[in-house]
Amino acid sequence: MTYASLPFLLLGVVFASPALAGKAFVTNERGNTVSVIDTETWEVTEEFFGGNRPRGITVSPDGKHLYVCASDDNLVRVFDTETYAELPSLPSGPDPELFILEPSGHRLYIANEDDNLVTVTDTQSRTVIAEVPVGVEPEGMGMSPDAKWVVNTSETTNMAHFISTDDYQIKHNVLVDQRPRYAQYTADGSRLFVTSEIGGTVSVMDIDETGTPTLVDKISFEVPGVLPEWLQPVGAKVTSDGKTLFVALGPANRVAVVDAESLEVRDYILVGQRVWQLAFTPDEKFLLTTNGNSNDITVIDVAAEEAVRSIQVGDQPWGVVVIE
Amino acid sequence: MPFRIAQIVCLAVSMLVLAGEPAQAIDVRAAVLRVDYQVPLPISRFDLRPDDLGVAGGLLADEDNNTTGTFLGHTYATTTRAATPETADAAMDEILAEGLRYIVVIARMDDLLRLTDKAAEAGAMVFNAEAADMPLRDDQCRANLLHTATSYQQQADAVIQFAVWKKWTRLVLIAGSNTPDVALADAYRKAARKFGADIVEERIFEDIGGTRRTDSGHVLVQRQLPVFMQDLPEHDVVIAADASDYFAPYLTYHLWTPRPVMGSAGLRPVQMHGGHEAFGATQLQNRFEKIAVRYMKDEDYNTWIALRALGEAVTRTQSDDVTTVIDFLLSDAFELAGFKGHQVNFRDWNGQMRQEVILFDDRITVSVSPQEGFLHRTALQDTLGLDRPESACTALGQG
Repeated sequence: MTYASLPFLLLGVVFASPALAGKAFVTNERGNTVSVIDTETWEVTEEFFGGNRPRGITVSPDGKHLYVCASDDNLVRVFDTETYAELPSLPSGPDPELFILEPSGHRLYIANEDDNLVTVTDTQSRTVIAEVPVGVEPEGMGMSPDAKWVVNTSETTNMAHFISTDDYQIKHNVLVDQRPRYAQYTADGSRLFVTSEIGGTVSVMDIDETGTPTLVDKISFEVPGVLPEWLQPVGAKVTSDGKTLFVALGPANRVAVVDAESLEVRDYILVGQRVWQLAFTPDEKFLLTTNGNSNDITVIDVAAEEAVRSIQVGDQPWGVVVIE
Repeated sequence: MPFRIAQIVCLAVSMLVLAGEPAQAIDVRAAVLRVDYQVPLPISRFDLRPDDLGVAGGLLADEDNNTTGTFLGHTYATTTRAATPETADAAMDEILAEGLRYIVVIARMDDLLRLTDKAAEAGAMVFNAEAADMPLRDDQCRANLLHTATSYQQQADAVIQFAVWKKWTRLVLIAGSNTPDVALADAYRKAARKFGADIVEERIFEDIGGTRRTDSGHVLVQRQLPVFMQDLPEHDVVIAADASDYFAPYLTYHLWTPRPVMGSAGLRPVQMHGGHEAFGATQLQNRFEKIAVRYMKDEDYNTWIALRALGEAVTRTQSDDVTTVIDFLLSDAFELAGFKGHQVNFRDWNGQMRQEVILFDDRITVSVSPQEGFLHRTALQDTLGLDRPESACTALGQG
């Protein structure tokens, strides 16, 4: 046994034993619903109205409140994760697509695709506390683990904008490839991955102790028999040990497994059609993928790096979040 | 098995962290020159040309480019001019005298070529945002001319691929009698040969002139057209080649045998339309409609994406030097998102923008070509239009 696998194993022991059923929540973009999946039995237990064109989805730190970007309602809908009752909504600015909640649960940072803005909403007072002008078509939202930086990607400007959460000012801009979709820090905050859907790459940035990014590499993908233009990186997640990066490749119907240190692509896991967003179970044993064109979720065994099952959900699943 | 391809070229030009102090300030100046022709009214008043046709796309490009430019210290300003064929040369002279070196031209082939050559003398480059004629991509290509407008061949290939995908391979071709109609019909013949469809019969619909606005025109059309379409061999689709817009829309519901119409009416190949929302295009439509207070048309999209390509070249190369920009646009390093599913870029052999073609029924995106199953050894988009071995263009040095 290597040292590297030790923490992983411990995590598994801690979380696996009490067999407490978790829940995965999936937004169905076209079906206007949220599907609830029991992560013990992998059965869909509920499907409830999630707003009009629900896309980005996240959960409060205490696991009690579910936040959903209802893009066509121009607001963030809030649901109780136990009863699925709808709670008072949050203002989001127009056409919210993706957002990120700070670890304290107070401030929600929302990308407004139509207005070249990032809206900062206070989840307690339910008010907008700041609007940050960014590039054209803001989309991806990432946050540094110390919560000092929010990274927004703008799809037409093709930049990652580094917004300080102290004063809401942009301090750094990094050019990346076409249509950047998603920004994901490693758990130690030393690296940032930004996917570019049309560029077909993942930009890799080293982050120094002041939070300043340096673009160091770009990861490309190649699958025999799949045309390069179908390899469109969208969602991305990195294991908390910082060793493995998973990248959803959209219409290529595959999730790439990347060694997050050497940046070598290790494998491609075949999943459902038009794989979009990804989420780990809290114990990181499983990775869930939303497959928009096959209306299902693929469950990937993280350690084995293979797909273990698929679950039918609603119409055009888009986002996913998992709670214990 | 490990896969990893280093994109050295891409990385080299874009490996700048644009923190704190902005890169060198650049003020990018461009022009849109539109030539307006004396033409009969369109068959449908929905197709009247708006006063700001094309120009509005330029305004949107300025807005998009300037937002990006804010983070880099770059500014963009595009001046616009409308001219007649008689005043177009003087307008181009003025544009060049102002020192502008990037000009989007919305004009027919002959005027476009003359204006492009004039621009070449001043070291300026031209984007063709309208003319679909094949010689421009073939033996009449120019070193300083790139095309964001699709060619007749791209349009015809997009339609015929769809028909073949549907297995509707028996075609009747109805062509107009004007020069552009004849050129478009020729593109349909080539497309049918290329993709294995049969043109079982061709007919010419003569343009006999006359007014297009009458009080009860449909009465005559309803009686006469079915007769014109009588006695055809078994066929699956009627293809209309009517580049001059005088008969195709009448075909759709006035055939003898009920069949779908494609081409210049029915299912039409377009670059963009106001109802297109796939691939994130809703945001593009919203931004455009805020500026223009109308829906986007092909000329707007062609102008917008030409100036966006220019903006992307300046962003990535940190230069607005014409040679640097053209070289970058024709290189593998250039890629641009065009809201049609894949990146667009330029063919280095004839300067044509590689792009998907939307098939539009006048309300929705019915399909997007290239279609599934049509293969190409390098790029799927190159199944549409003149491929490298087919083009006689040598001006760009890559023929």
